[in-house]
Amino acid sequence: MSEGTLYDKVWDGHKVRELPNGQDQLFVGLHLIHEVTSPQAFGMIREKRMEVAYPELTHATVDHIIPTKDQSRPFKDDQAEQMMAELESNTLEANIKFAGPDSGDQGIVHGVGPERGLTQPGMTIVCGDSHTSTHGAFGALAFGIGTTQIRDVLATQTMALGRQKVRRIEVKGELGEYVTAKDIILTIIRHLGTDGGVGHVYEYGGPAVSKLSMEGRMSICNMSIEGGARAGYINPDETTYEWLKNTDTFEKDPNRFEELLPYWESIRSEEDAKYDDVFEIDCNEIEPMVTWGTTPGQGIGISEEIPDPKSLAESKRESAIRAQNHMRVTPGDKMEGYKIDVAFIGSCTNSRMSDLREACKIVEGKTVASNVRALVVPGSQRVKLAAEEEGLDKIFIESGFDWRLAGCSMCLAMNEDQLIGDEACASSSNRNFIGRQGSKDGRTILMSPAMVAAAAIKGEVTDVRRI
Amino acid sequence: MGAPAIKSASGKGISIRGSDIDTDQIIPARYLKAITFDGLGEFSFRDLRFDGEGRELEHPFNDKEYQDASILVVNSNFGCGSSREHAPQALMRWGIEAIIGHSFAEIFAGNCLALGIPVVEMEAAQIEILQEWVESNPGTEIHIDIVAQKIRYNEQDIQVSIPESHRKALVDGIWDTTALLKSNPEEVKQISGQIPYIK
Ligand code: SF4
Repeated sequence: MSEGTLYDKVWDGHKVRELPNGQDQLFVGLHLIHEVTSPQAFGMIREKRMEVAYPELTHATVDHIIPTKDQSRPFKDDQAEQMMAELESNTLEANIKFAGPDSGDQGIVHGVGPERGLTQPGMTIVCGDSHTSTHGAFGALAFGIGTTQIRDVLATQTMALGRQKVRRIEVKGELGEYVTAKDIILTIIRHLGTDGGVGHVYEYGGPAVSKLSMEGRMSICNMSIEGGARAGYINPDETTYEWLKNTDTFEKDPNRFEELLPYWESIRSEEDAKYDDVFEIDCNEIEPMVTWGTTPGQGIGISEEIPDPKSLAESKRESAIRAQNHMRVTPGDKMEGYKIDVAFIGSCTNSRMSDLREACKIVEGKTVASNVRALVVPGSQRVKLAAEEEGLDKIFIESGFDWRLAGCSMCLAMNEDQLIGDEACASSSNRNFIGRQGSKDGRTILMSPAMVAAAAIKGEVTDVRRI
Repeated sequence: MGAPAIKSASGKGISIRGSDIDTDQIIPARYLKAITFDGLGEFSFRDLRFDGEGRELEHPFNDKEYQDASILVVNSNFGCGSSREHAPQALMRWGIEAIIGHSFAEIFAGNCLALGIPVVEMEAAQIEILQEWVESNPGTEIHIDIVAQKIRYNEQDIQVSIPESHRKALVDGIWDTTALLKSNPEEVKQISGQIPYIK
């Protein structure tokens, strides 16, 4: 069992009691809500004549279904409109703050929390969305939950959860040029597997993680879930505090920052903390990563060969064969040169300012290949505005990208942004599951935003370091 | 505590082969755009069951012989991907009452528990044998004993495992957590008062 880790401290600080089933009742410091997974929970609450217990600790926004071109109401898609209307009335009725499209604060829920300073170290954070793990970048314990648990949290601000193991992931070495946090996490998942983290929470640390920006840290924690871990976190440090200082929560109330700092420092993992196990990776060995298959664990460095399923562990073979058939790739080939039809820069993994800046550097003065549909979907209205103030939108548009409104968009294709037929998409998102981007024959290749930008220009998967 | 105790499950088996079957396969995202779970059952494995033109494909969920099956047999890391409860909801509404597999994604397993669907883990080799049996003997009855962590089919008993907290919650009828968590509001308030960032 782990001892003295941030996980242990935050858990203990939020534990209300042990439940008869052996799980703990945990207090939830921040509950985030979006339109897809919450309406059923509000329905259940209403049915049981219960009320939202702590509306002031609950924040809502709309991201999954929102159109990124024309957001005039009612939305063209009736079902999307219905979900939006339901969220508006549920939050209004329960007195929950809702960052809607008119607020200037709307965006992917996992971008909105951090950029407004709602997400803070030492918090317990839940949301009916698996990528809630993103918030762990701030040293919070952040879990994705199901709709029944959303109901629990709405009704009681607590949830029932069993304690997990803590795996320390020590990231050493230095990142090479154009090698990013996304490549680190894709490498970790490649080695530990998509189910390697089951039963675990990942603590990321080590010299390479310390050097990462908050944005990079969020990309890593974001994809903990693709590695099977329920949550991932990074101990708070100066980088974390710098970010927090510049959010409106603490700009408005600098005293609050000073008040909370001792708490944040106190929940850091101890030097001699005990972990259930430790896994090390060396950044010097990482190059820009791309996936060749249909799970995020099926990734390789851009100069590597696509593996022969026979060379993989027995449990991975059958899904590798299925994936290679779907992707139409051959073992021994490289992903370099794989033709793409769509380039998507967006999603809660990679749609923040630093992502857009890096992609912009690649596309500036170049033109998107003529057969490629390319789009940039900023993670939030604030990111969009900040990018426009820097002129990034113009650079993207001039090179042939579509510049869209904020939302999840083609990450999961619940709005109109979808792959058609067997289109192949270079994507900065987190899931390459079959059907994920809207077409069951669609093909998704995961990579960093700079790699997507490079692929958009060349019309094929390419090594961003050589463009 | 308002939830019935679930000590066993019995029914006809149905097998779905493959590791890493994710929630997008179980219920494609486009069917999530509804504000209730009603009617989700028919969209279970939708894209594996029908082609782009809506023509039926070969799939156990389409097979007439398995229409009244209620015990799903799967391989490893079943239910990975999204935290959507729509996945177990869809399976439940199709008729699934329990799932036996080599391993399950954690959130998926938790979501199943919240609906009172036992997820039972069994050795990979044993799963293969059970799948073959179910495939060649449609209508096979499988009995799951949750208390003793055993399954019974074809006149044999096989040891399985169920995470202890899940097992206890099912057997003691405390898997509906809302009632449980709602029983101590004063204590919750008191704890929240000790958390530094809560005003
Ligand atoms: S961007 Fe994608 S992964 Fe992130 S919350 Fe939206 S749909 Fe989920």
